Amino acid sequence: MRINRLKEKAMQGVFFLTAITSIAAVVIICIFLFYNGVPAMAKIGFGEFLGGQQWSPRNVPASYGIFNMIIGSIYVTAGALVIGVPIGILTAVFLARFCPKSLYKVLKPATELLAGIPSIVYGFFGLMVIVPFIREHFGGSGSSLLAASIVLGIMILPTIIGISESALRAVPESYYEGALALGATKERSVFKTILPASKSGVLAGVVLGIGRAIGETMAVVLIEGNQVQIPASLTDGVRTLTANIVLEMGYSTGLHREALIATGVVLFVFILLITLSMQAIKSRSEKHNG
Amino acid sequence: MDKFTIEDMNLYYGKFHALKNVSLNMQENKITAFIGPSGCGKSTLLKSLNRMNDLVEGCKITGSLKLDGEDIYGNMDVNVLRKRVGMVFQKANPFPMSVYDNIAFGPRTHGIKNKKQLDEIVEQSLRDAAIWDELKDRLKKSALGLSGGQQQRLCIARALAVKPEVLLMDEATSALDPISTGKIEELCLKLKKDYTIVMVTHNMQQALRISDYTAFFLLGEMIEYNDTDTIFSSPKEKKTEEYITGRFG
Amino acid sequence: MADNNAVTDIKEIKAINKVTFKQRMISYKRRPLSLVMLILVAVAAFLSAAALIFLIVYILVKGVPNLTPDLFAWEYNSDNVSCMPAIINTVIITFLTLLIAVPFGIGAAIYLAEYAKKGNKLVKVIRTMAETLSGIPSIVYGLFGMMCFVTALHWNLSLLAGGFTLAIMVLPTIMRTTEEALLTVPDSYREGSYGLGAGKLRTIIKIILPSAMPGILAGIILAVGRIVGETAALIYTAGSATGTVSGVMDSGRTLAIHMYVLANEGLYTNQAWGTAVVLLVLVFGINTLSAFIAKKLGSKKG
Repeated sequence: MRINRLKEKAMQGVFFLTAITSIAAVVIICIFLFYNGVPAMAKIGFGEFLGGQQWSPRNVPASYGIFNMIIGSIYVTAGALVIGVPIGILTAVFLARFCPKSLYKVLKPATELLAGIPSIVYGFFGLMVIVPFIREHFGGSGSSLLAASIVLGIMILPTIIGISESALRAVPESYYEGALALGATKERSVFKTILPASKSGVLAGVVLGIGRAIGETMAVVLIEGNQVQIPASLTDGVRTLTANIVLEMGYSTGLHREALIATGVVLFVFILLITLSMQAIKSRSEKHNG
Repeated sequence: MDKFTIEDMNLYYGKFHALKNVSLNMQENKITAFIGPSGCGKSTLLKSLNRMNDLVEGCKITGSLKLDGEDIYGNMDVNVLRKRVGMVFQKANPFPMSVYDNIAFGPRTHGIKNKKQLDEIVEQSLRDAAIWDELKDRLKKSALGLSGGQQQRLCIARALAVKPEVLLMDEATSALDPISTGKIEELCLKLKKDYTIVMVTHNMQQALRISDYTAFFLLGEMIEYNDTDTIFSSPKEKKTEEYITGRFG
Repeated sequence: MADNNAVTDIKEIKAINKVTFKQRMISYKRRPLSLVMLILVAVAAFLSAAALIFLIVYILVKGVPNLTPDLFAWEYNSDNVSCMPAIINTVIITFLTLLIAVPFGIGAAIYLAEYAKKGNKLVKVIRTMAETLSGIPSIVYGLFGMMCFVTALHWNLSLLAGGFTLAIMVLPTIMRTTEEALLTVPDSYREGSYGLGAGKLRTIIKIILPSAMPGILAGIILAVGRIVGETAALIYTAGSATGTVSGVMDSGRTLAIHMYVLANEGLYTNQAWGTAVVLLVLVFGINTLSAFIAKKLGSKKG
């Protein structure tokens, strides 16, 4: 009997330990990133690192400014949103309110399949199909902000569609019926009552999509040209924070390597901010409904 | 004058025969009440009058339903039908927006954009629903913050804002306290001057208090239809008598 | 009993309430904006579907002709550009990752679902952290794995370093799906087991885990899908050495890395298309399997 109780206690302890691994993991990741990245930032100078437009690790003296990459990440993400958000939300509306059942059975798994495609496959497809297409029709080398925006726009579709659809389905049917009973068409009822009522859920989907777009690496590195510059047009090349890391980490040493890790820190902080705002949206909508 | 003319109407939900050979006429500017035990088809009939049954999958209707002699299920624009035949639901369902926007939703839907005109409609509708004094200072506040009774009267005001001819009330007071119920009943008596009201109620006292005509339904059949006083004082059918004296249901 | 109201054939009823095309057009004619919205919504759905179909068909058309026996030769050399070693490495790293992540993920889920009290502060922190983990981009995991396992622990570029990195990455997925599966087990099972005098641990192992197994399995397979498709987290942890590894301390490229290298070099486009097909088929197969198992669980419950 006593052995049994001991066993119970011991296993509860084990389960508890496994449960706090996720806390430990986040803490360790933070420690490694900040410990390796922040001193480099200090050495380079925070202003120089974040605001500098010159990234030339091989110059003497070298300069490590990632401002252009920050802007690059923001541009590429914005481009992805311009494509992915309207199509994603409208598709979610279609799935939730307009789709015949038989079509839904095909369309819904299709949007989920889109999420399963590995990013390297997206990247390769972009490299072989979208980049040449842009080169021929819009000029330039093809590897560009536009190419990255299109591919990322498709990649964030399943995130936005999935979350928006469940948010739309969570809206009480009585709003829809109330609007119909006033003589509104089905479309007006959906767009004027259901969609506004689901806005915090839809917003959560968009924010999650932003997180995916800003952190995406392999798909963009093959198709965005990777020039360190602020693109002046859609067909110009661009380099994101993620691409900067993956391109140069292989051969970097010393301060260069630390500056790349610091780039990762900046990316990490971006993602943390997004996660935080995500949780803020969630708790706000819970309060709203509760 | 007859507002609604229903002839030989049958309604099926899938294989379930929910309404059987119903024929009745409802008069303009009167209150007609549908009574009967739950599941008798009274709400179903109500929802057929503004085609809200179209939302129910597998719902099939035969026979003829006419509004002012015009076929409801013919080539009448369904959105116009629902504008003419407003509805108040069992559970108050204000939209998650301000009081003002709730009332203005209908008029905006039907193309009124002028701010001044909307202001007038909002005020008039709230006055007609006898809730203007309570809400005039909180027009910009969310309608979800109102009490249950206020929400239901807001929904009546919202229905009035599109200037309907008929008001359908689907057990509109069943979720409310007696005081709110009293207010809404009073309102109905006032509104029948300008509107035709058709109400479903499980509360016989309510039917007796405010309706002019009463139809009694049982298991999908309309057992008896007459002016309210006759139904309650000297019903012709035994089943009606049993129901109103509380022997079943 | 004869029911004289019974309808002989419900389909033969001519309903008057069917919304006809003509009625719809009457409505849209007066409200063109509604028609525009309907068209927009349909077009968006069409675009989403078209993106997927175009992508898949294009890759299949380009890739299937390149699925030559050479592509699956046991040994890699610069003539055949075989993806076989990469496939084997992928399998090894998948097992390594699961070996680490599954016990931790399931253990954590058991704690959250069975032991933790509702409203516990710590539970909230654990959930927040798991959510944070699932939001971290794979390249950041890659950086971390490189600093922690490759450099600090001196494992060098190796499958082990890659496996540990991926394990942390898929941990939240396994945790979440397992917890959801545990929560679907009805409380009556627990009560029944306690009623027979079984302890909590015994109840969990003998009753709850087995009945939640399909859900847990579906989650694990989902994690496998992520592992197989992952690139950024592995480049600087498992590395991109060609050939089959002789142990977990060797560097080796997985299929996704192999594909990246081919795409990046631009020398073996045909083989890259072929590899893309292999990768797609693998990932879709894995995801379908996961959905299938999850669905079976759902139908058993209903």
